[in-house]
This record gives sequence, C-alpha cells and structure tokens, in this order.
Amino acid sequence: MMDKSILELHDLLKRGKITSEELVKESIQKSHEVEQKYNAFVTICDDAKEGKVTDLFVSGIPFGVKDNYSTKDVLSTGSSNTLKNYVPFYTATVVQKLLDAGAIMTNKTALDEFGMGGTGTTCHTGPVLNPWDKTRMCAGSSAGSACAVASGVYPFALGSDTGDSIRKPAAFCGIVGYKPTYGMLSRYGLFPFASSLDHCGVLTRSVEDAAIVTDIMKGIDKNDMTSWDSSNIHLQEALTGNIKGKKLFYIKEICDINNYPNATEELKSHLKNFFHTLEFLKEEGAMVEEVSIDQNLLNAIPSVYVVISCAEATSNMSNLTGIIFGPRSDKKNVFEMMKDHRTIGFSPLIKRRFVIGSYVLQKENQERYFKNAQRVRRLIVDKMKELFKEYDALILPVSSGPAKKFDEDKDVIDENTNVLEEHLQIGNFGGFPSITIPNGFVNDLPVGINLTGNCYDDENILNIAYTLESKMPYKGQIAKEVR
Amino acid sequence: MKKQVATIGIEMHCELKSNSKVFSSAKNAYSETPNTNIAPIDMAFPGTLPVVNQKCVEDALKMSMVLNCKQPEYLIFDRKNYYYPDLPKGYQITQMTKPIGINGQIEIEVNGKLLPIYIHDIHLEEDSASLDHFFDTSNIDYNRAGVPLLELVTEPCLHSAEEASAFIEHMIRIYRYLGISDADTKRGQIRCDVNVSIADEDSNELGTKVETKNINSIGGVIGAINYEIERQTKLKAEGRYNEVEQETRRWDEESATTIRMRSKVDAIDYKYFVEPNIPKFKLNEEWLKEIKASIPRLHLERKQDYIKNYGLSNYDAEVLIKEKDVSDYFEECLKLGIEAKSAANWISTQILGYINKNNIAINDLYLTPLKLKELIGELNKGTISSKQAKEIFLKVIEEKKEIKDFLSKDNAQISDKEELTKIIDEILANNQVQIEEYKNGRTNIFDYFVGQVMKQTRGKANPVLTKEILTEKLK
Repeated sequence: MMDKSILELHDLLKRGKITSEELVKESIQKSHEVEQKYNAFVTICDDAKEGKVTDLFVSGIPFGVKDNYSTKDVLSTGSSNTLKNYVPFYTATVVQKLLDAGAIMTNKTALDEFGMGGTGTTCHTGPVLNPWDKTRMCAGSSAGSACAVASGVYPFALGSDTGDSIRKPAAFCGIVGYKPTYGMLSRYGLFPFASSLDHCGVLTRSVEDAAIVTDIMKGIDKNDMTSWDSSNIHLQEALTGNIKGKKLFYIKEICDINNYPNATEELKSHLKNFFHTLEFLKEEGAMVEEVSIDQNLLNAIPSVYVVISCAEATSNMSNLTGIIFGPRSDKKNVFEMMKDHRTIGFSPLIKRRFVIGSYVLQKENQERYFKNAQRVRRLIVDKMKELFKEYDALILPVSSGPAKKFDEDKDVIDENTNVLEEHLQIGNFGGFPSITIPNGFVNDLPVGINLTGNCYDDENILNIAYTLESKMPYKGQIAKEVR
Repeated sequence: MKKQVATIGIEMHCELKSNSKVFSSAKNAYSETPNTNIAPIDMAFPGTLPVVNQKCVEDALKMSMVLNCKQPEYLIFDRKNYYYPDLPKGYQITQMTKPIGINGQIEIEVNGKLLPIYIHDIHLEEDSASLDHFFDTSNIDYNRAGVPLLELVTEPCLHSAEEASAFIEHMIRIYRYLGISDADTKRGQIRCDVNVSIADEDSNELGTKVETKNINSIGGVIGAINYEIERQTKLKAEGRYNEVEQETRRWDEESATTIRMRSKVDAIDYKYFVEPNIPKFKLNEEWLKEIKASIPRLHLERKQDYIKNYGLSNYDAEVLIKEKDVSDYFEECLKLGIEAKSAANWISTQILGYINKNNIAINDLYLTPLKLKELIGELNKGTISSKQAKEIFLKVIEEKKEIKDFLSKDNAQISDKEELTKIIDEILANNQVQIEEYKNGRTNIFDYFVGQVMKQTRGKANPVLTKEILTEKLK
C-alpha cells in the first residue's frame, strides 16, 4: 500500500478499503525492514497511532521527518552525537501543520550531521545505503528521507536543503525532491545549518504529491520573520499539464559534453539522457534554449557556498555546548565542559567546516572571504534573475551521473565536473524554487533532472515538472536493488 | 609635570521596558524567581528563531531621535559571536553595521552650564542571562536573557567624573520621561563602561585609553573615573606612564579601586556578521514621523521654560521637573490658568509632601489640577483662609469629595460686609466703656474688638474686612 500516491491512498481511505491503522502498521513494519537493509532512520515511532481520515488528502497517511526537525517528545538528534539524547518540547511549524492535517509521523530519518554533508555517510548512526545499490550512497544530506520514500515506507518525507540536500538524494534515489521559494515554508523548528541558505522541503514519488504536501505546510509563521504570506499560491491546482509557450534554458558551460575532456561513460550517457529529456518539453510546446554564462561566475559557486555556509554554521551551532541540552560533559570548568562536549560530539568533517567558518569571519579575513563571497552570491543571483525575466525556468542535469560508490568518497573535488556537481546551490543562493524529478537510468541506476525558477514562481515550476514527469515512466517508482 | 586633562568616553547600557523580550515572546519582567520568564529561544533550543519586537524598535528610535542621531534607512541586526555561559546561543544579536542611531549630540546641564555631549552611536541589542556565583557552583538565570538593551556610546568628550555622572543622570531622566525604561540602577537596569585617559593640558593627542567595564551605579562611575585619573596621573608623575596599558578593568566596590581583568591585546574577535534570520526592514518616513511626534518635551527644556517664561526659581523648577508626571501635573495646572508660582508652591509643598508620605503616584492623586484650581480660587476669593485651604486639601483627598463640600455656611468665612457690620454693631453696643478708652487714646484696645468679633463668629469673620469695618466705626 505504501507504494501508492497520496491521492490513491486518500481515495482508498475514504472508501473504507483500507484504514489509517493498517497504513501506519505497514509503514512501521516497512521502516524496520528499511532500517535493517539501508540504515535510514534515527528513530522509528513504534507507538505511532492512526489518524482521523478527513477531507484533507494527507489525513490518516504516514510520513517521515528528517531528524533535524524539532519534534515534541520524539528524539531529535540532527544525526549528531552532540544531541544524541535530545528530546525537544516543541514541534517545528511545518511538521505541526502536517500533524494537524491528520498525517502520522512514523519515523525520524538519518542525515549527514546537521545537514552538513552531501553523502549520507556522516550520520551518528552510520551511513545510509542506496536502496538501488547498497554499495552506493544516497547522497545527502536528506539521505534517510530519500531512501525511505524510494523504498516505499510512505509517500512523502520532509527534508531540508542548504546546498542541494533534498534535490540531489532525490535524484540518486529516483524520486522527486522539491524545495519551495525561501520563506514559503517556515524554518521554525528546523535545526539551522546556514540560515540564509536553509530551506525546508519535501521528498515524494510524484510532483503532485510534492504539491499537495507543500500546500499544507506553507504559510506565514509568526515565529519565522523570513516567512511570507503565500495564501494566493495553490500548487496542486496549478498542475494543469499545459506548458505551451513556456521558455526554458540550460547553461552551456554545464551541459556541453565538450567541456569534459575526461568524461566517463556515465557522464556521457547522463548528459545524452538530459538532452533527450528536453525533447519531451518541446513536444509539449515549450521552448528550450542554450544560454552561456561566464565560466568564472560558475566556477565560483562551490567556494561561495563553502564560505557562506561554513560561516553561518559556525555561529548557528555555537549553542551546542552540552550545558542546556545534549550530553553534558563532566569536566569541572564551564569552558572545559563546552570544549569537551564539542570535541567529542562533532565529526571531523564538521569541525573542519567550523574552522573554515571561523577563519573567513575573522576580522582580518572577513572582507577578503566572507564579504567577497556575499558579493559573488549577489552577482550570481542577479544573473539568474536577469535570465528569469526572459525564461520560466532553468533546467539542468543533477550531478554527473547516478549515485556514487562509497569507496569513491574521498571528499575530493574533481575540477572538471565541479560545477556540474554543485550548481544546485544556485537555488539556495537566490532562494529560488527548485525541483528534481527522475528522468531515467544510467548504468541501471536512477538519475535526475532539475528545474529552477524565479522566486514566488513555484506554481509555474511545479507545473513544468509535472508536465515533464507525465511524459516519462518514472512517476511513483519504487527502488529495487539492481545489484 | 604639566597639568593633566582627563578624557572620558562612556558606554551606557539601559534595559528597556516592554511586554515581551526583544527577540522572544517571553515576558520581559523582573522576577525574584529564576527561570520563570523564558521562551525556547532564550535558552537557544535548536530550531528557534528571533522575532523582532516592534515596540522595542520604536523605543530605540525615540532615543535615537532624542539624541539627534541619524537613523539608518534599513533596520539591520548583527550577530556578535563569543562563548560564555550566560550567552546560550553563543552569539548576541546586536547592531554593528547599521546602528539605530549614529552621530548624535545632546546638551546636558553641569553646574548650571550647558555642555554638548557627542554620541558615537546608539544600538538595540539583547541582554545576556544572569549568573549567580556561589562558593563552588554558579547558577544561570535565563529570565534576563533576551531582555531589550539600548547601548549608547559617547565620543570621548567628557572631562571629569562630575560631567560623566551629570550625563548619566541626564540620560536616566530622559529614559524615564520617554517612559521606555525605569532606568533603575538598583535593579541593574543601568550598566556603564567608562574609558579614561589622561594627557598634558596643551596636548592634542589622547593618552592611553583604559576601560572599566560593567559599573552598575553612578557612585561606581564617579569612583572608577576618579580612581583611574588618580592612578594614571600618579604613574605618569613617577615616570611610569608606560605601565598604563590599553586594558579592561573592573570596578571593585569594596576596595573602591579598579582591578585589571585583561589586556586589549587579548581582545576577542567577535566575528560580527548580519543576522540572517531577520530580514532587513525599511524604516519608512511616515512611521518615523509618528514616532517623532510621540516624543514628549524633555526635562531640560521644561526647566528652562519654567524659569524663563514663568519666573520660577531654579530650585522650584528643578523640583517640578524631577519626575515627568509631576511636571505634567504642573503643566496641566498652567493650562487651566492657575498662576505658575501658586501652582508650583502647592505642588512642591502640599502635593509632593502628601504623595511622598503616602507613597502614591501623582497621577493617582484624587486632587486633580482642576480641583486644585478650584481650591486656589476659593482661597484667592477669600472664602477660605490659607489654613482652611490646607485642611480642605487633605479632606478632599482623604474623603474623596469635592471642594464645595467643605465650603458649607458653617465653615465658610464671613466676608459679607452687611452681615459682618451687623455683628460688629452688636459688639460695639455692648462695649461702650472700651470704646471710650479707645477714643481716649488706648489704641491698642483695637485688637480687643477684633478678638470679640472672632469670638462671636468662631473665627470665621474675614479678618481684613473686620478690621476695615472696625476702623470705620471707631473713627
């Protein structure tokens, strides 16, 4: 049952063919299986109770929540040892809205520690395995959520996205990952990584499900000053399937195979598949054009991201001292306690990022690194906004192919495919709505395509994604191990 | 050694009054019970976000305007990052890039002379938690975490402890006049850092600046400044001025000295950056105008007005402006047409005496300016004596009645000439012997007649009128 879409489940629930209790039971049971096989969860809510079925589509239906959302009375660790025993007393706004709509949280999913990673390997509970191929990663940081949705634990799970943390794992697990315009979803209760880049979002198996869930979660929140009133936006209603006359563009410097002299076979077929997918859009009456952007600007993306995200993260995570919450050190002096808690609690990867963050914020370095990164961020966003005046959406392939193998993870950046791997960060720089959908297979493994549009233009972006999805056979697909 | 001149700059923190805290929904209230006024963000629980309290911004803007500062186009907050057990988030939200006011100037009065004070900036920020240290433990009280603080920073433009304390007192009064803070030093609502340096009288350069932090009383500020001037001057006189170091010291109340805490060389790099969770906010002209219009006339202006335009003495004016409510009462009296000196007299003696003795606020006084006008009116008409007026003043307040309730026939002074003439005629008719004596030259017997009239009227005869009639009759 849990492989069905929200609307299918809703229909069955309404007609009394199934009960919410059965769905919850199945989701919990499936959670245990997926946990065994892929290590996707921090907590499975064995005591989750069925929900009342109402006219709201998500009522009575189970869902998953990334473990960096604050959930009242349910362990919320951010997949970090610094919060391994932390049980919050308040629930994040977007989670509460789903609960209020009658959805049932059946587990908390694993992530790269506090969302700071793109591999799904730095969770304090160990790495999350890809449900298509256990020797590969899910990517991250919303690794557990992507794995669970792809495995059919429930139709949707919450993720968060600071660089590409929803959209990349979605691609690698063959599902849909959507982060709306910055501020459409309240961040109240989301453990912060880099506040100016952090987005809440959702992982589903169809664009329509993403629209349904987001329609429920969105709205202005008095607890988040960056949230805005989106009451005139109706995502699900906007899915008409008509994209005649829409104009899309892709970036030449990212998509042209000639830019990759050492291209692997995977990359070649990935890009080939990308161009093949563009044909579907044309068949529906949309125009797709190639746009060239200054390579220097594109090359700056990863560095801008590292500088800004590490700087904000250093500050955001200064509250993790183990004094008020989290395991408290038994050292005698308060400063020794803080130091001990953080030394033991954080993984080396995070510590490295803190060092970078502190370095770029130091008085003598701030101008050169932090302020310059902010200026370049502005240049990139301005360039995109200029293009969005003419185009409805930017369309690009996600990553350089399918999921990476665990033994490839050397945290090494390949100069050539660098921009291809990191361009989704543009969506975070500008707070742009951005959605990834599956667009085929490379080497028997799913790959994805991404659509990004101008701020507040979520309806348009989702409709394009919805239309494109309908032209391909991957909607609703469940992962099956291929090796 | 040449004569030394001290140069002093002050950083003054003041806790603002508000319903909720500056970035948190918890109550902003002084409480004896620790950790009772806290919201999740005050303890920095993961995922909590700051929400700016508009009222605090408004109050900060008022202060910025009073100090004649320039206000920024956009409201922006910054993070000041450092680790300390009283700072749960690991950063303080403050204003660094665009303070709510910069480049201000205000005149204060020192020893009857006006002195301009230059303001570097004023900014809105949040207070830290408070720490209670015990023998082997320290407790953290988060009630204070997130309480709105206004920090104002002067240029180094003061030259004595006297000027510094006058400035702080002036500012305290302004905070109270604006109604944005109780500015109560006893409750730790005012905390100052003072920067002191000395230099040769004729030198254009400033000496080495020494900072004394976190002084929470005016006495402490005076003590610290005087101690520092003395300490630095003595070192200089002994040729050891190089021992005066750029450092941070603290004021020790008990020994009445400043004690070294750390060198400025070890200063923390606060790694300021703009708070990303608070979108920049445009301060629109309309709103600023509204705020400006809501600022009341402040004490110094009132005082000058009372002296110059109403002929009050410096002393009387000072008494009246000490508290805004009292000054407002006085101004209400003026509006009602009560003569200024008379109003000032009544307020500074009877009214302040009464409210201080009974510990009530002047706004709660039953005797409103309107009633005071009535009372003074009766006194001026001669219907009542000033002794009676004082009695009626108390009775009106105690019994919550009207003035006229105490002006009954029984009590009223007899000022009717006919009625009084009748009484006097009767007395004279019964005192023929005395009249003879008077006419024979015993003029001091005149008082005897007055006494008889008073006796007959039980003291209610208008004394002036009585004397007038008697003089006439005894011619």
